[in-house]
Amino acid sequence: MTALRLIHGAAALAAAGSLAGTLWTGLADRGVALAFAVLIAVGELTRWSGAGTRQAAPLATAGSLSYALLGADAGRPAQAGPAQVATVVLAATLLGALPHIWSGRTTTLDHLARRVLTVGFTAVCFQPLYDKGLFASWGGPLYALLLVALLGLTALCDAVLAAALAHCRAGWPFGPLLREELRGLLGIGSAVCATGAVMALAVAVVGLWALPVFCLPLLLTQLSERRYAAVRDTYRQTIASLARATEIAGYTPAGHARRVASLSLAVGRDLGLTEGELTVLEYAALMHDIGQLSLVDPVPAGATAGLPAAQQRRIALLGGAVVRQTGVAAAVAVMVERQADPYREQPVAARIVRAVNAYEEKTRDAGPEAPLRALEDLRLGTAGDYAPEVVESLARVLARPRARRVVAQVGDGGSGTSLSDPARRWVTHG
Amino acid sequence: MEAVPARAHGCVAAVALLALLCLLPLPTVRAPWWALGLLCALYAVCEHVVRRRFGGTFYPVLLAGAFLLPPPAAALVALPAALLSPVEHRPALPRRVWRAARPALAVWGAAEVNWALGGRDAVVASDFPYALLPAGAAVLAFCLVLTALDGGIRVLALGVPPRRAWHGLLSRSLAPVAVHGLAGLMMAVLWRSPYGPVAALLVLLPMWVSWWIFAQYHRERAAHQATIRALVQAVDIKDGYTRGHSERVGQASVMIARELGMDEDRVEVLRFAGILHDVGKLGVPTRLLRKDGPLTPEERRIIELHPEYGHEMVRGISFLGEARAAILHHHERLDGSGYPYGLVGAQIPECARVVAVADAFDAMTSTRSYRRARPVEAAVTELERCAGAQFDPRMVAALARALARWGCPRSSEGGSGGERQPTDTTDETPLRAPGRQPATGTRR
Repeated sequence: MTALRLIHGAAALAAAGSLAGTLWTGLADRGVALAFAVLIAVGELTRWSGAGTRQAAPLATAGSLSYALLGADAGRPAQAGPAQVATVVLAATLLGALPHIWSGRTTTLDHLARRVLTVGFTAVCFQPLYDKGLFASWGGPLYALLLVALLGLTALCDAVLAAALAHCRAGWPFGPLLREELRGLLGIGSAVCATGAVMALAVAVVGLWALPVFCLPLLLTQLSERRYAAVRDTYRQTIASLARATEIAGYTPAGHARRVASLSLAVGRDLGLTEGELTVLEYAALMHDIGQLSLVDPVPAGATAGLPAAQQRRIALLGGAVVRQTGVAAAVAVMVERQADPYREQPVAARIVRAVNAYEEKTRDAGPEAPLRALEDLRLGTAGDYAPEVVESLARVLARPRARRVVAQVGDGGSGTSLSDPARRWVTHG
Repeated sequence: MEAVPARAHGCVAAVALLALLCLLPLPTVRAPWWALGLLCALYAVCEHVVRRRFGGTFYPVLLAGAFLLPPPAAALVALPAALLSPVEHRPALPRRVWRAARPALAVWGAAEVNWALGGRDAVVASDFPYALLPAGAAVLAFCLVLTALDGGIRVLALGVPPRRAWHGLLSRSLAPVAVHGLAGLMMAVLWRSPYGPVAALLVLLPMWVSWWIFAQYHRERAAHQATIRALVQAVDIKDGYTRGHSERVGQASVMIARELGMDEDRVEVLRFAGILHDVGKLGVPTRLLRKDGPLTPEERRIIELHPEYGHEMVRGISFLGEARAAILHHHERLDGSGYPYGLVGAQIPECARVVAVADAFDAMTSTRSYRRARPVEAAVTELERCAGAQFDPRMVAALARALARWGCPRSSEGGSGGERQPTDTTDETPLRAPGRQPATGTRR
C-alpha cells in the first residue's frame, strides 16, 4: 500500500505545485489552452470503462500528450510552460470526468494520478529544452523523431505506473502486470502516442484546425477497440453457457465450471501467466467437463478426480474432441485433452485446471475442515498427479482474504458480471 | 467464376485504356520524382501487408498522392502495388489489369478535381479551413469513379441486373473513404511541412492500429459464430430426425419478423431465437429424444422441460436479449394450454409467438422418421386452423404472406455448409474501405 500512497502523494504534489505556478504567472495562450481543454474534456466524457480495455480514454490521453509537446501554434511559438500544461490537463480531465464520478462508475483517483504524472513528465522533459531553443538548430524530421522518442519514454513510465497501481490494488504479481502493460503499448498505446506526436506537429503547422481533423483516426481506433471488447465479452458468455450444458444435462453439479474457472484464473494470475494464456486457461477451465456430455452413463456427481486414470484420460480426450468442434482456439482443446495427464507432461494451464478441479470436487458438500483436508490430499498427490508449484499457488490464493480474491475475479472486467452471476440451484431431472 | 464473359474482358480492356490515357501526359508534367517513388513504395508495402493480414484496401497513401501530386503522377502511385501483388484466382491477367487500372482511374479523378479547385496550393500553404473543401470534393470524385467502375463490372461480369448493381455502393463507400481521405490530407500537409515524410508516416500508425483491431474483431466474431453453430449442431446430432431444423426455424422466424416490419436488430435477435430455440434438448436424455413410438406421461414431462433447460443455458448470454424469452416460451399456446408456464394471449412474448409458428411450420413440412413431410399449402391451412387457439393469427398471416412472396425457407444441408453465417446480413464496414473488387472474388 505504500507504493500507492507514494504515487498518489507525488501526483498531488505535482498538481498543487503546477496549480500554484499557474496562479502566480497567469494563463498564457488562452485560446490554445481552451481548445486543448475542450478536446481533453470531450475525450474524457466519451471514456469507457468496458471489459479488458487498456486505454479507456485514448482521445483525452493523446490530447494531453500533444498539449505537453506543443512547441508552436501555426508557426508562432507557444507560451505554455509545464505548470500550465499540467494545470489545464488536470482541470479538463476533472471536468470531463464529473459525470463518471457522479455515477460512481470508475476509480478516478488512480486515473487522475497517472494522467498528471505522465503529462507532467513529458512537459518537464520537453518545454524547458524547447524554450532554450535547443531544438531550433535541429532539422524538421529529426525534431519529429525526437518527439516520438520522448513519447516512447513517457509510455514506458506510464506502463510502470499502471502496473504498480494495479499491483497495489489487486495484489497480483508485478512482473506479469508490467509485461502486459508493455504489450498493450504495441496496440492502442502506439496509436495514442503517434496521434499525440502528430497533433503537436500539425498544430505547429496549420494551427488549431488540426485538432478535430486529427482526432478522427483515434476515434475510429477507439470504436474498433470497443467493438472488439464487446464481441470478446459475448464470446466469453457463450463459452460459459456452453460449459453450463453439462450442469443442465445433470452430469455435473450447478456452478462447478464457474467456480473452477474463477479459482483457476486466480491461480494463473498468481503464477504470472500472460493475458492470452489466462484467456485460454479460463476457457479450458470452463469447458473441462464437457467430455462428459458424450458419456452414456453420468459419472456419480460428475467427480472425475476419483476415477481410474485411464477413464479420466478417456473423458478428457472426448472433451477435447467436443471443444475442437466448437471452433474455440485449438490451444483450449489441447488443455482440455491433457487435463488428466501426469503433471510432468502437462502444459501449465492444464496443470492448473487439474489441481483446481480436484480441489473443487473434494471440498464440495463437505464439512468446514474440507478445504484443509483437500489441500493435504493435493500435496500428497504432488508425486505424480498434481504439480507442486500449482498446489502451493492454490494454497496462497486460498489463504488470501476472500474479498481480495473476489476483487481479483471481478477486476477481469466483463467476465465478472457474466460468470459470477449466481447460478440457481438447478433441480436436475431423472 | 471460371468463365469470364467476353464482355467483362472488353470492360477491363476499356478501363485499362482509359487509365493509360490518364498516364499519357506523364513525361510532360513536372513532379517531385523522389516523392512519387516514396509514395509508390509506401503504397505497395501497405497494400501487401493489408491484403495479406486483414483483407481490403488501404486508401490513405493513395489519397495523399492525389492531394500532393499532379493528376498523371498521382495515378501512377497505384500501379506498382497492383502489378506486384499476387493474384489468388484465375484468370490472373485481367484481374491484375483491373486491380491496377481501377484505383489509378479513381485517383486520377480525385487528383484532377483537387488540382482544379486549388487543393494542392492549399496543402502547400497549409491554408486550413479552405483545404478541406478541395479534399472533400476529391474524396467524392474518388468514390464516384470507384462506384461507377464497380457497378459496371458487376453488370458485365457477374450479370447482376443494372438496377441492383449500383444499389448502396456509393453510400456504403463514402464514409470509410472520407475517413481515409482525412488521413490522406493530414499526410499531405505534414509531408509538405518542415517535418517532412517522417511526420507523415506517423499518421498511418493510428489507421494501422485501427485496422489491426478491426481484423481481430472479425476473427473473434467468426469464432463466436462457429461456437453458436456448434451448439446447434450438438442439438441436431442428439435429436436425430431434426437435421437442419434449427436453421430453418431461424430463417422462417426472420421471414415472419421482416413481414411484420420489425427493425433489423430485432430481426437478428429472432434469427438467433429460431436457431437456438431447442438448445435445451441438450439436457434431455438422448434415449427419450430418439424414442420410436408413444411416450409415457413421465417421459413427456421430461421432454417438456427443454424450454426451461434452454433458457437456463442461454440466460447469461446478454446479446441474445429477447431471444432468451422466446426460447423459454416457444411452446406456450394462446389459450393457455402450453408449457412451461401456461401463459395466455398477450402474456406470451411476441418473439416467442413468432418462433412457435416458425417451429410448427417447419415441423410439419420436413420429413421425420415417423411420417412424411406435408406440402406447404397443407401446413399453412393447418396453421390457420389452429390460429387463435394455439398460434397468434398475426404471425400465421405474416408467414403465409411471406411464403407467397419468397417461397419456402431451405437450409444449407443440415447447417454444416456454413454458406450463410447467422449474422452476416448486417453491414459491418465502418472502417473497411469497400475494396471488394468484383473481379478478385471474395476473400473472407
